[in-house]
Amino acid sequence: MTNPTSSGVAEASLAPSADSHFSRKGLVQLTLLGLLLLLPVTAYFLGHIYYVNLASRITIIAMAAVGLNLAIGYGGMVSFGHAAYFGLGGYVAGISAYHAFDFTPFMTWPFSVPGSDNLLVVWLAAAVLCGLLALAIGAISLRTTGVYFIMITLAFAQMIYYFANSWPTYGGEDGLPIYLRNGLPLVDTTNTLSYFLICFAGLVLAMAITSRLMKSRFGAALTMARLNDVRLATAGISPYPIRLIAFVISAVITGLAGALYADLNGFVSPTMLSWHFSGELMVIVILGGVGRLYGPLAGAILFVMMETLLGGITQYWQLFLGLVLLGVVLFAKHGVMGWLAGRERNE
Amino acid sequence: MSVTLLIEQLLNGVQLGTMLFLMASGLTLIFGVMGLINLAHGSFYMVGAYATAAITASTGSFLIGLGAGIVAAALAGALVELIVIRRLYHRPHLDQVLATFALILIFSEGTRLIFGSSPLRLSPPSWLTGFVTLPGDTRYPIYRLVLIGVGVAISIGLYLLISRTRLGMRIRAGESDREMIGALGVNISKLYTLVFALGAGLAGLAGALVGALQSVQVGMGEPVLILAFVVIVIGGIGSIKGALFGALLVGIVDTLGRVYLPIFFRAFMPPSEATGVGAALAAMLIYILMAVILAFKPKGLFAAHD
Repeated sequence: MTNPTSSGVAEASLAPSADSHFSRKGLVQLTLLGLLLLLPVTAYFLGHIYYVNLASRITIIAMAAVGLNLAIGYGGMVSFGHAAYFGLGGYVAGISAYHAFDFTPFMTWPFSVPGSDNLLVVWLAAAVLCGLLALAIGAISLRTTGVYFIMITLAFAQMIYYFANSWPTYGGEDGLPIYLRNGLPLVDTTNTLSYFLICFAGLVLAMAITSRLMKSRFGAALTMARLNDVRLATAGISPYPIRLIAFVISAVITGLAGALYADLNGFVSPTMLSWHFSGELMVIVILGGVGRLYGPLAGAILFVMMETLLGGITQYWQLFLGLVLLGVVLFAKHGVMGWLAGRERNE
Repeated sequence: MSVTLLIEQLLNGVQLGTMLFLMASGLTLIFGVMGLINLAHGSFYMVGAYATAAITASTGSFLIGLGAGIVAAALAGALVELIVIRRLYHRPHLDQVLATFALILIFSEGTRLIFGSSPLRLSPPSWLTGFVTLPGDTRYPIYRLVLIGVGVAISIGLYLLISRTRLGMRIRAGESDREMIGALGVNISKLYTLVFALGAGLAGLAGALVGALQSVQVGMGEPVLILAFVVIVIGGIGSIKGALFGALLVGIVDTLGRVYLPIFFRAFMPPSEATGVGAALAAMLIYILMAVILAFKPKGLFAAHD
């Protein structure tokens, strides 16, 4: 497996100023997270609902990218198929709401499974199903390395995409509407700000899990699996299960983001599963700075802002995205976080 | 389940397979020689189709259009190689994926900017429309037979090029030891540009030929690109023989699956449900095939070199 980063030890501390109290990096991280929280809250009380939803979108996309970053940045597994988990999470939310709305069971055999409009149930189901899917896909894909791995994860995601496209029960290529956002006990999820705060909590939780994981023995093993799997094997740890577990956790995080995304939009369609989205997620991880805890957040902010601002000016905004991306890949290897917060110590 | 239908669908499968081979051979050559994963290969397919459609419309001759399409795709390939791709050879695969993903965005939106969002019209020349009657009373479109013929001719040509000519010798040498052929005085960067342009030209040819059968639109190369990935993963990345075998396998399995799976499920299901299940399974069939093959042979059927 090739190493996507040249960094020795990937950064993995969530606390914005973990290294030194007033480092440039800590300041940038604190600013990013603080702005992401404060701006939408301000916008909400000024009555600009649109901006709150935009912030929710950024937050969810960032969370999906946090998941992918665990695979690509920390694990060195260049997955080109994370849209599969994002979309599956979305479809779990959509299908569950569909059956809850209709009072029809999702399945009757071998046991009866009703739909549910409770977010906790939806999230649990999304996490379990995405985990199982990633376990199956990862178990086959991780037998290969390098280009094979990239293409196989892409091909499996396409398989799910075409399946969703041609399966007529849940709307096929037209997608599936969610008429009423799935709810939580005691919380009004239809409130824009409440829903943003749920998404924000999801993002922070995902980053905290990544951070904790990478500081643990497991994280050390995963880093070693990326840098030199022979050496890891020599130390008596088999790289395959380490990678597989990381791949599954990564998929679960992205899948949960997908469930949040479907409920945000009130709609789920095969677009969420498309390889374009897999590519965009990779772009976000790279734009932000691969293998950096705050990279996905920085990348998502930049990506969604570009999409919104440039998309408002010209319908050909993806042309500019392509040029920016090309420039970043060719000339600015360390992404936005590398530029804003300085390189990692070991880079 | 008549014999006529089977023959017709087998031919359709072979036709899809030969067109996939045109895409996959370029991809696999580029990977084999330069070690580059090129997502933008579908863009050359699109460039070939658009150039052919535009030139055919202005000159009235499909053949001139086709020639222009191949040249345009090959030129685009050479240009892209000179400006972008050659900076990527020593980069990790992740960088290659992202840079070529960026190229897709640039090509797709650039084409939309020039030609607009609505599909262009391109139809086979009048002297290639019509049907032939094959043994077993199968009526089959001439144009599709011609596509098969072109595919076979290109396969033979490619085989001769690689096994019999000096350029082919260098390509094979480049696959086995890049540093050594450089040391022996072969101009590697020229060779790389040439191989890349050759692959792009083949993709352009496929795009033009298939474009006349389907439609010429932005993003037309992407589904084909992903099928071509499946082909080279099955065949073994870097192996032309694997690409040929994989292309035919994928072409035939995909085509027959789409026709026969719904029929198969109708045997024990209500027709409306059977069509849905059959179609959904048929769409997944080649990916399942790929997973099964990889479970046994992680490097593909004809792994060129490890």
